[in-house]
Amino acid sequence: MNRLSGIFWSLLFLAVPVLGVATFAIAPAIDVWLPKDVSTHGAAIDGLFYFILVLTGVVFVATEVMLFWFLWKYDAAKAAGPATYIHGSHALEVVWTIIPAATLLFLAIYQMNTWADVKMRRPSMAPSVEVVARQFEWRLRYPGRDGTLGTADDLFLVNDLHVPLDEDFLVQLKSMDVLHSFFLPNLRIKQDAVPGMKIPVWFKAKEAGQYDIVCAELCGWGHYKMKGRVTVESREDFDRWLESQYARQEATQPEADPSRSVAITE
Amino acid sequence: MSIASSPSTVHHEAVAQAPAPHPAGFLSTYVFSKDHKVIGLQFLFSTLVWFLIGGLLALAVRWQIAWPWSDVPVLGKLFAQEGGQMAPEFYTMLFTMHATVMIFLVIIPILAGAFGNFLIPLMIGADDMAFPTLNMLSYWFMWPAFIAFGASFFVEGGAASSGWTSYPTLSTNVASSPGSGWGQTLWLLGLTMVGVSSMLGSVNYMTTIILMRAPGMTMFRLPMTIWAMFITAVLQAFALPVLTAAGFMQLADRTLGTGFFSPEGNIVNNWMQATGGGQPLLWQHLFWFYSHPAVYIMILPAMGMVSDILTTFARKPLFGYRPMVYSIAGIAGLGFIVWGHHMFISGMNPALGITFMVSTMMIALPSAVKTFNWLGTIWGGRIQFTTAMLFALSFVSMFIIGGLSGIFMAATPVDIFIHDTYFIVAHFHYVLFAGTAMGVFAGIYYWFPKMFGRTMNEFWGKVHFFLTFLFMNGTFFTMHILGAVGFPRRLADAYHYETFHHLQPLNAFMTWCAIGMVATQIIFAANFFWSMFFGPVAGRNPWHSNTLEWTAPSPPGHGNFDFQPVVHRGPYEYSVPGVEKDHLMQTDPPNAAAAALAAAH
Repeated sequence: MNRLSGIFWSLLFLAVPVLGVATFAIAPAIDVWLPKDVSTHGAAIDGLFYFILVLTGVVFVATEVMLFWFLWKYDAAKAAGPATYIHGSHALEVVWTIIPAATLLFLAIYQMNTWADVKMRRPSMAPSVEVVARQFEWRLRYPGRDGTLGTADDLFLVNDLHVPLDEDFLVQLKSMDVLHSFFLPNLRIKQDAVPGMKIPVWFKAKEAGQYDIVCAELCGWGHYKMKGRVTVESREDFDRWLESQYARQEATQPEADPSRSVAITE
Repeated sequence: MSIASSPSTVHHEAVAQAPAPHPAGFLSTYVFSKDHKVIGLQFLFSTLVWFLIGGLLALAVRWQIAWPWSDVPVLGKLFAQEGGQMAPEFYTMLFTMHATVMIFLVIIPILAGAFGNFLIPLMIGADDMAFPTLNMLSYWFMWPAFIAFGASFFVEGGAASSGWTSYPTLSTNVASSPGSGWGQTLWLLGLTMVGVSSMLGSVNYMTTIILMRAPGMTMFRLPMTIWAMFITAVLQAFALPVLTAAGFMQLADRTLGTGFFSPEGNIVNNWMQATGGGQPLLWQHLFWFYSHPAVYIMILPAMGMVSDILTTFARKPLFGYRPMVYSIAGIAGLGFIVWGHHMFISGMNPALGITFMVSTMMIALPSAVKTFNWLGTIWGGRIQFTTAMLFALSFVSMFIIGGLSGIFMAATPVDIFIHDTYFIVAHFHYVLFAGTAMGVFAGIYYWFPKMFGRTMNEFWGKVHFFLTFLFMNGTFFTMHILGAVGFPRRLADAYHYETFHHLQPLNAFMTWCAIGMVATQIIFAANFFWSMFFGPVAGRNPWHSNTLEWTAPSPPGHGNFDFQPVVHRGPYEYSVPGVEKDHLMQTDPPNAAAAALAAAH
């Protein structure tokens, strides 16, 4: 009876690594996995994700199986004689300090370059668009025909971001009211928008299509519905779309008054 | 046994203190008690009630995630939602208060307040805490917090709804959401009171552990539980003032218009802060400067308790006692310089992010050392599968998951994608529920005989463990893959996004598991109360453990010990060769022959 319970409980702990690995193995098959990456920098992020997944997976399986094995083998109902009287091992402590330390340090250094690419090495260009987050929408402001943000001919849109394919795209991210987070799952981009700050965000899209813009920082009761769409399209389609938007805005607005519009730039 | 016979000459002054006079009357015995054991149990019962409330809040959150906008059973009527549906602002209140209750009214007070209070004097051989009156106050300062948090649901606009992190300007601007009115102000007041309580406890624990150890109880003969409680108290003492100050700044922003955290001209929902010139990121720095160490405040005591329980039921000395102590100290030290990893994508300078990334990677090291030493402790042992042991083992097994998943978030580029998704939700629930709560259950099953003089039912204890273990993993493990999709936390309904529209069935599965997990706790509650009155009488040392609390009567009377404990050895002398019984208590006389003699008695 006693030994049976030991077997039962050890096997329960063995189920942890077995089902854990199974969950991660099945997940991609049932489409509960990383969404398609359409950015040029995303491969590096996903690669790092997989690298850490394998690394932690090995440690996870090794330690959990060890735990199971010790429970199985050293069950008081099975093992004869008294427990091993030992207070530790200096050599082991050194080994299991140095190996993880070296691994973690390697991991720390290994990832720095990707981080710098995504968050620190900004392309030297004028902002392609200004995104101003507010409860509960994304207000977009494209530079007008003059190519400069903050002039009278700027194009104003809501929730409908268009991005040219295969080109560096620089967003100037702001918030009008509370914190928001500009999350583009398919472009592996996430950046908080902070009231009082102008934060640059950049990426290069490599596949045409329509994708989600999600708010990923709690911004109030309507946080869940702060949804936008990003359309990635070829330069020609993008220009055609811009042109149609200019025409639409000009048709619906009176003659631009430069002295009035400039006041709202900063 | 007299003090003079002790080989140690330290701490005699402390021992010479006269015990506090016996309390007279019902009020001073059970309500305004200064006895650490009564205060510990007061904390235990209060926090268990809040544990239930926090769990039900979580179920309501899970209900909405699984079946958005469907009628909510019970709660829909209780809070008069429109047509029984949950309003989105009510959803934000639910997850805000779930986290607030679980962190500030359950985990921190159950570890430090309940176990710390009950165990510290008993395990170091003292008759009570150094400051019994402060100790009583530390419990009673929880009540204004209980009232503030509890009442906030019923004020106009409802409870706080800006998340337990309370980020400005959502939290500082009174018009930003319905719960940003009275609810948020009560939240800040409650938080301050919890802080006062923790600080009173922390001062007391440090003083007691330093000054009131029994003769012979050197620092390196302390059980791991006490080391963990001691270092946790130090963490509290140094980190908490920052949170208290930040809380007052936020309160001033809201009520006096100071604008510490609001930039110039910040307008939210047509309401403008009177002054500006502040920075929302400042709050995040101050908040996480406390709240990251608080993560360790929420796990270190559980690590200590689990270490003691593992040795008892493996009948084996703790593997690497000193490395275990040093790694707790290492976690505590590094814990102060990793707060920025909560802010990688906050708009903080990305170069600073690299610094925090490196320190965060390094804090995984002491956690790894602890895990290896726990495995080393079990290795070569003679394992007894008691309920307490099963919960302690599951702490180790689950902490491995929680520890490893942290590395994903520490890697800054990966964090860009998984930040504020269900991946982080999985991570901290593995640390705090699958970790700490399992440690707490282990501690309750283990020390219950000392608290009430009776043991809990083992069969139902194991049923409780088995079901909790299954449902817990069903609920939380799946969150990892949900996070891999980028599924964001705190969304009342995410299925209208193309990326997430197909995830409802998985969420429904998780919610069923969560319902099962909460329902399983009925078994625990029944076992707990039944055993309090009808469980088998335990005697002083039902588990044949070594530490001092097991030499006292069960439950210990006022003043704890009916003799003067004198300590002769460390706490983990199990299965010592040449000794007849398989454990040598800390108080057993030095030579083995005498020990055998004592066992024969």
